[in-house]
Amino acid sequence: MAAKNYASTRYSTLDQINTSNVKNLKLAWTFSTGLTHGHEAAPLIVNNTMYIVTPWPNYLYALDLTKQGAPMKWVYQPNPTPASQGVACCDTVNRGAAYYDGKIFFNTLDVQTVAVDANTGKEVWRTKLGDINLGESITMAPIVAKGKVIVGNSGGEFGVRGWMCGLDAATGKIAWRAYATGPDSDVLIGPNFKPFYADHRGKDLGVKTWPGDSWKIGGGTGWSWVSYDPDLDLIYYGTANPGPWNPEQRPGDNKWASTLFARRPETGEAIWAYQLNPHDEHDYDGVNENILLDLNINGRMRKVLAHPDRNARMYIIDRTNGEVLSAETFAYENTSSGVDLKTGRLKFNEEKASGFKTIRDACPAPPGGKDWQPSAYSLKTGLLYIPHNNLCYENQGTQANYIAGTPFVGMLVRMYAGPGGNRGEFSAWDPVKAKTVWAVKENFPAWSGALSTAGDVVFYGTMDGWFKALDDRTGTELWQFKVGSGIIGQPVAYKGPDGKQYIAILSGVGGWAGAVVAGGINTVDGTAALGFTNAMSDLGKYTTKGGMLYVFSLP
Amino acid sequence: MFFRSLSVFFFAIASALAADQPLLRVCADPNNLPFSNQQRQGFENKLAELFAAQLGAHLEYTWFAERKSFLKNSLDAGQCDLVVGVPGSLTSVDTTKPYYRSTYVFVARHDRNLGITSLNDPRLTDMKIGIHVVGDDYAPPAAALARRGITKNITGFSLFGEYGEANPPRKLIDAVARGDIDIAIAWGPFAGYFAREQSVPLDITPVSPAMFLAVPFTYDIAAAVRKGNTALKVQLDSVIAANSAAIHEILSDYAVPQVP
Repeated sequence: MAAKNYASTRYSTLDQINTSNVKNLKLAWTFSTGLTHGHEAAPLIVNNTMYIVTPWPNYLYALDLTKQGAPMKWVYQPNPTPASQGVACCDTVNRGAAYYDGKIFFNTLDVQTVAVDANTGKEVWRTKLGDINLGESITMAPIVAKGKVIVGNSGGEFGVRGWMCGLDAATGKIAWRAYATGPDSDVLIGPNFKPFYADHRGKDLGVKTWPGDSWKIGGGTGWSWVSYDPDLDLIYYGTANPGPWNPEQRPGDNKWASTLFARRPETGEAIWAYQLNPHDEHDYDGVNENILLDLNINGRMRKVLAHPDRNARMYIIDRTNGEVLSAETFAYENTSSGVDLKTGRLKFNEEKASGFKTIRDACPAPPGGKDWQPSAYSLKTGLLYIPHNNLCYENQGTQANYIAGTPFVGMLVRMYAGPGGNRGEFSAWDPVKAKTVWAVKENFPAWSGALSTAGDVVFYGTMDGWFKALDDRTGTELWQFKVGSGIIGQPVAYKGPDGKQYIAILSGVGGWAGAVVAGGINTVDGTAALGFTNAMSDLGKYTTKGGMLYVFSLP
Repeated sequence: MFFRSLSVFFFAIASALAADQPLLRVCADPNNLPFSNQQRQGFENKLAELFAAQLGAHLEYTWFAERKSFLKNSLDAGQCDLVVGVPGSLTSVDTTKPYYRSTYVFVARHDRNLGITSLNDPRLTDMKIGIHVVGDDYAPPAAALARRGITKNITGFSLFGEYGEANPPRKLIDAVARGDIDIAIAWGPFAGYFAREQSVPLDITPVSPAMFLAVPFTYDIAAAVRKGNTALKVQLDSVIAANSAAIHEILSDYAVPQVP
């Protein structure tokens, strides 16, 4: 799976590459995907074969690691409809594949899940899960838990209703679908649902916390990461922001948007939920990764999940019941003053509330203290490694827009660098002490995933195309390599058939942050790409587009 | 009149030199009447034909759904040189002089005799109101209603429908005719065209006031060219100025509500 393991630690036990020899790391081989949109996927290595899922048109490449230069074994082309490109809000990315029982599972932009024979590249089944014509798409990397492929939709920018599905891995049959809004029967909330906080209890909150029937277009998609604890038999994921965008049009908490869910993988039944951002005002999705850890907190071993949210707070939550243990800030923010640990409610800063009015200097901006880019955890240091953003925004004036022949205006959103002037950061976080240990400033948002290794080296890439290795205890840069295009992918470590440790990363700038390059957006209009262009207008001076895999090893 | 004759003159020359006839490349939605469709039955199809004829150009379409990244992926990506109708205040493209101005309108069954003209009408508090969902928001008049606390009785209708279903936005107007909702608030061209297709008469009234906070409910509509394509913009401005009567006739044929 893309996140390395069910706990989503992205921690590799390989230690051949370490702090003293990483400076000798050399390029071993490369592979061009032939595509130019953003490459966010993690290469998947199974049985000496590397599998790569590309952005639309979602090719699946299989590369033979047993042969010199890793030649292509086969390529599987699912042929998603071209129209799906126009539906994806934020570039046409795909975040990767999962392996289970001889098959590779991945999703296509036009809302299908596909199972492919891992040896032959032949399609085993494909299941259509939604409709791109309603604004839905899929960009996330699935996981397989207890024989179910877990898949969620994207499309919160198009007024869709979010869901997460469990598909039978053998047949592709949809076993369950849990919506993020609507009556309990749709959300798969039943008698075993026991949320920790009182305001999460009650019948049909997915209806009652919305005006009228607006929950039907309420968003809450599940477009990002899923983790799994086999002992507790629970999957964990977060839902995206609520819709419509203007918070005045949806008074109430808007459950279960921007919410963490714990569910049974076989049935989808909800066991607990915790809403991170009730009545979200800032497009703060709750979809970021959940890293499952067992930590000694205040003298007691706790099974927790670590969730660095868009709202710039690192939630440490008891994953057995949904109790928030801490929620301190890992990035600069001024939109909230903390989480009330008694009620679980985020204390919003009303001064920064959005809507059809001017707000200035609200931090973090909608991409959050951190967006989808997944963190890593080292079992050796006990630290989390967080690639993240440092962006603020203002809402001022309006801009004309136009969809399907219909003119309208939206608030004119401009994003810019937060305090310090750097737009990104890569930091190490102590989840027990709930504070930053070290941080490295980055010019651009750190939009790639992180990889931690037993060699005491952490890896990540930058949007201007530097692939970097840092000392995981000090943050000291030990090695870097300039790749062809900016990096928004997920680095992985693997042991080759020759017994050597390799590090692989896809380059190919794009995604929401990189749409200014990948989508050829006109930088005169700072409000394009949902306001991100203003903060990224110089990216084109640093990098060009183009998907290429880079694999490194020691000589 | 002089101008028009001149255009016809140029057209004649261009026709004579058919081998060198320039292309007018237009991006349009393949399934979105009354604006355009692949059978070329929309008023933007007719306008494109008028523009092409006046420019002596051969008309060529790239069909592309007009969703959020439509302009980025079509006009900006060089797939075409012209998009026939966009808000005149759009800044990501260069726009011609506006050639019509329309408004959001109330649509209700004539036999209900509601006579609602204002977003401040107190009766709206208790009515079942239908409104399109545009991108991730309701269409603009909903913002004025929300400020008055009217949110519970609003039903959102997606602008996007199932694949193969004709003209998805018409569902909102159909719902008024069927009585599923009391009143719809819709962008004028949808309302005018689809109201005419119903079996019961519908009343169409511009919403007032024409603006709430910074959100306008009336919009100038212009043609769009890629930023910097001044040559085509100047040519189109001339064509629009010289053919206002013909343009007006096309818009009237499609019952597009126009406001001064």
